[in-house]
Amino acid sequence: MKLLQLKNVTKQFGGLMAVDNVSFDVERGSIFGLIGPNGAGKTTIFNLITGIYKVTEGEILFEGIETNSMQPYRVAELGITRTFQNIRLFKKLTTYENILTACHYNVRYGLVDAVLRNKRFKAEEKGLLAHAEELMNIMGLEDRRDVIAGNLPYGLQRRLEIARALALRPKLLLLDEPAAGMNPDETARLMTLIKEIRDRFNLTVLVIEHHMDLIMGVCERIVVLNFGKKLAEGTAGEVQANPKVIEAYLGEEEVVVC
Amino acid sequence: MDWFYIKGILILSGINLMAVLGLSLLTGFTGLFSFGHAGFMAIGAYVTAMGTVKLGLPFAAALLLGAAGAALASFFIGRITLNLKGDYFCIATLGFGEAIRLILDNVQYFGGARGWPNLPRSTNFTIVVILNIIGIIILANLINSRHGRNFKAIREEELASQTIGINVFRYKMTALMISAAYAGVAGGLLGHYLGFLQPKMFQFIKSTELTITVIFGGLGSISGSVIGALVLTSLPELLRTFAIWRLVVYGAAVVFIMISRPQGLMGGYEIPVGKIFKKLFSRFAYGKKQAVGGGKQ
Repeated sequence: MKLLQLKNVTKQFGGLMAVDNVSFDVERGSIFGLIGPNGAGKTTIFNLITGIYKVTEGEILFEGIETNSMQPYRVAELGITRTFQNIRLFKKLTTYENILTACHYNVRYGLVDAVLRNKRFKAEEKGLLAHAEELMNIMGLEDRRDVIAGNLPYGLQRRLEIARALALRPKLLLLDEPAAGMNPDETARLMTLIKEIRDRFNLTVLVIEHHMDLIMGVCERIVVLNFGKKLAEGTAGEVQANPKVIEAYLGEEEVVVC
Repeated sequence: MDWFYIKGILILSGINLMAVLGLSLLTGFTGLFSFGHAGFMAIGAYVTAMGTVKLGLPFAAALLLGAAGAALASFFIGRITLNLKGDYFCIATLGFGEAIRLILDNVQYFGGARGWPNLPRSTNFTIVVILNIIGIIILANLINSRHGRNFKAIREEELASQTIGINVFRYKMTALMISAAYAGVAGGLLGHYLGFLQPKMFQFIKSTELTITVIFGGLGSISGSVIGALVLTSLPELLRTFAIWRLVVYGAAVVFIMISRPQGLMGGYEIPVGKIFKKLFSRFAYGKKQAVGGGKQ
């Protein structure tokens, strides 16, 4: 079943076609890769899916619901969340507070409940604390509980950002270059982590990455973009063998021969 | 220094604290700088005075009306300006504050620029202390909840807050309205303490003073705001010996603190009042148990 559908999506910034008539479907439960050279429009597509940018033409459907005109927080409520290429944590809050903040969506007590500290507040808040603790343990961040997020080592900041995204209990998780700046060892661990959280939380994962070994290792299906256009789509093997993809990454054959 | 004089300073500190508490939520926890809070104080002051003098309401009801009036005004101003980013919002509030003052200067119904004398002097020390305690408890409870965490998240990283499902605009609006309500109560208290109101009291400098107090106490700290309001309101009084130089010394003191502690006095930390109380109480309870009991063992 299709979880996310992009239908002829176009995004124009003035005269620049950042995304040009791109369509693809993401199957529920899959790990889906989005690759392409720099400036191909990958992150723009993420921004379109999460409602940060508005689509110029075409439509984006999530579980059959059109999300084009929704505010980012509404899209998050539908069950789509993401991480950022340049990590965006709540830097001055601790690891625990970062996760706890993101858990907020799972409870509904209001301002008055909070001020009065009534039964509802206490019960729901207890649930939140437990959920945050659980996530911290799953993601192996429990020994960094009270460290200020901005002071965490880079790899753990990435991990914390994923943990924070998972706190929403999303259906679709968008990872924007999760392995950027990681060494091969850390990248390998990230690969297993992505697979693990997919199985554990019944997620669908859409990932942008430049590390080809990561993409080829975890993604069941891949879309290749170049200059905002969809170049190819298929399994890792199909994409690797596609002459157009090789051309986009390595240049035209004549150039290579010379 | 007799008690009457000290009480007067404490009441003024308390009134300032009320406004500072609200501003602390907006600036310290949500990260929105406002230079127009004197405007909300003015609205609160005049609406409260209207309540007691023209409508004959009891003081408590009039204060609530004043808070509601300020919150309502903030709702309209928020709708227009909250979509502006950082500095622009700050400038917009500055304009709003001055506009309110100038409007009041010209409304003869409220006495215009000459002021509004002979208001009932209902504000007293007890009322100020009680209202401040209530104000602090409400704010502390709010901050230590999911809503408080959402405010802080918006201060830290707006875009990420949206992607974890926080309705940023609504939370900013909530923070602005609550802070305006606090300022409104402060205004109402001020008018009924002095027995006189004049638009000149709510000049731009008043807004600046409130913002300085929040920063001085430490952004994101309620206890910092409390200490800041107490220190900065009483400091000019303590410096009376310097006569005409006192405001220079005041300025120098603020500069000195900001250089030595750029994060403010408390810098995001809180005095754990709850824990201290619990400790005191448990000691007290323990003592009582010893005194009363013993029979059980």
